[in-house]
Amino acid sequence: MKAWLPSLLRLLLVVLLVAFVTNPGWFQPLLKPLTENGAPAIYNQGSLLTLTFLHLRTVLIATVAATIVAVALAILVTRPAGAEFLPLSRSLVNIGQTFPPVAVLALAVPAVGFGEKPTLIALFLYGLLPIFENALTGLTTLPANVMEAARGAGMTGWQRLLKVELPLSAPIILGGIRLSVVISLATATIGSTVAAKTLGEVIIAGLLSNNLAFVLQGGLIVAALAVLIYDGLSAIERYTARRMGQETA
Amino acid sequence: MRIRFDKLGVVIAAIAAYAAFLAPFATFRANRIVPGEARSILEALPATTGPLLLAIVVAGALIALLKTPLVLRLAASVVALAALATLIGVAGSFLTPAGNTFARISPASGFWLLIFAFTLLLADVLTRLNLSPWARVGVLVVAALAIGLLLISGQWNSLSILKEYANRADSFWAEGSKHVTLALGSLVAAVVVGLPLGILCHRVEKLRAGALNVLNIIQTIPSIALFGLLIAPLGWVAAHVPGAAALGIRGIGTAPAFVALFLYSLLPVVANTVVGLAGVPRAANDAARGMGMTDRQRLFGVEFPLAFPVILTGIRIVLVQNIGLATIAALIGGGGFGVFVFQGVGQTAMDLVLLGAVPTVALAFAAAIILDAVIEMTATKRRVETA
Repeated sequence: MKAWLPSLLRLLLVVLLVAFVTNPGWFQPLLKPLTENGAPAIYNQGSLLTLTFLHLRTVLIATVAATIVAVALAILVTRPAGAEFLPLSRSLVNIGQTFPPVAVLALAVPAVGFGEKPTLIALFLYGLLPIFENALTGLTTLPANVMEAARGAGMTGWQRLLKVELPLSAPIILGGIRLSVVISLATATIGSTVAAKTLGEVIIAGLLSNNLAFVLQGGLIVAALAVLIYDGLSAIERYTARRMGQETA
Repeated sequence: MRIRFDKLGVVIAAIAAYAAFLAPFATFRANRIVPGEARSILEALPATTGPLLLAIVVAGALIALLKTPLVLRLAASVVALAALATLIGVAGSFLTPAGNTFARISPASGFWLLIFAFTLLLADVLTRLNLSPWARVGVLVVAALAIGLLLISGQWNSLSILKEYANRADSFWAEGSKHVTLALGSLVAAVVVGLPLGILCHRVEKLRAGALNVLNIIQTIPSIALFGLLIAPLGWVAAHVPGAAALGIRGIGTAPAFVALFLYSLLPVVANTVVGLAGVPRAANDAARGMGMTDRQRLFGVEFPLAFPVILTGIRIVLVQNIGLATIAALIGGGGFGVFVFQGVGQTAMDLVLLGAVPTVALAFAAAIILDAVIEMTATKRRVETA
């Protein structure tokens, strides 16, 4: 495979995605064969662009909140003062992962009502785990000689954290964020079962009216977003890893 | 003597204090969909048991708060959890007006927070005890038996979730077995296909990147879309391939759900097989080759046993994920516990949601604990053998 081929494919995907969400009408002939009885081929109960935007916004808010909390927790349990919580936090993360997103979503509804809020809660809880796990790995596997040198140079605990530990574990933490974003992008669609405005609305409308064109366009937009964001975050991750002088696989 | 506080204990005691004195213990509703009225511990329980529960909670919180021996903390958490579990049933029958079948009593936030606080304490004790894999499975079995006994004894029958169950007892077990069949069946299919594919990817480097990329992309398709998209091809197969319909393959229902879960399961199985095989020490392979082992002997005698714990980790990920994802199958008529969840969301009947969600979480949780124990056992066995 030529080196420029992946970049070209990516560019093509971006162009297709932008064209589809801004001008879905262009693609009507392609999707028409999937519909029956003259049903509309393009989602007509809202703009795809708005839904895509809302979908991304939901994922962004949840991921930012999850990142802040997860990294803060990981920092806390790797300090001497919080070391007591380390084993427990590990088992809690393990337990947390066994909660299915649908269950979290449905159980959040009585507490906060229908709409975007239960989706945000579910995405937040689900996003916490990969980020926390990676931040923990990053912070606990720092090279001992580097930490020793930082201490020897007379750095205080705060300085070591901000100037040595966090920058060095940044690539691993970013890896966790990437995983969390991809999971959230797909999980956010389930949020539409509790009336959140996401691309899941398109898919569910398709399932309810037996319109395969809707299911396909909703699914493909989310998948394309996930692939592109995954690629973008991988690139940032490689860049930070290079800056930290680490080899990446 | 100086009094020393346990850091986690401070958190637990704070949660327990809020839950016991400020949050509602149970909710009373005149029927299943109206908003509920809150009842505190003293209002929800008879005059004798209410103060008793408060005393147990306060004592448990104090034991958690101070630096106390592990055995005492273990006892405190178990006693508190047992008391909460039994007494919520008492609250159910106490609050239900005599002869009224419409009233619904459900545990409220205070109850759930107390359960959370003492489970936290129990989890902390169990983590610190560093139990062997067998002991962890044992704890799981004891907990399951205790819950089973409470269910059989009818102690919880006056609670709303069990009233929902009583109305749907038959379909509950039918959907439950569908759920388990979907999750386990797709796992078995994924292992049968994924293991050879993983071995192939390990041996043929050209195939590796391509296959893993395709499987990665499948993971990014949202589950509800993948379930929906499989309706068309399977519908076509059912209509055009002779015998397919007789096998139960249809456009909607279990077949697309099964195929979707299978596709999602492939990546962890294949990727972990590749990683596991790649992690086999070179020395072991060289030694096996030097002994004159054939490729096949090496695969089954050396590589496979060494890679087994990593492959099992993939299987654990798949099983826990499948149990959760199988709830989505209900959206396309595939059955499973998701049926109750989505019905409950549709009727805003939260007890019905719980009837679907609680068994799903319990299944996933039990699967995770059992497989973690198995993984640890195979990993330590290997270490002992190689030591």
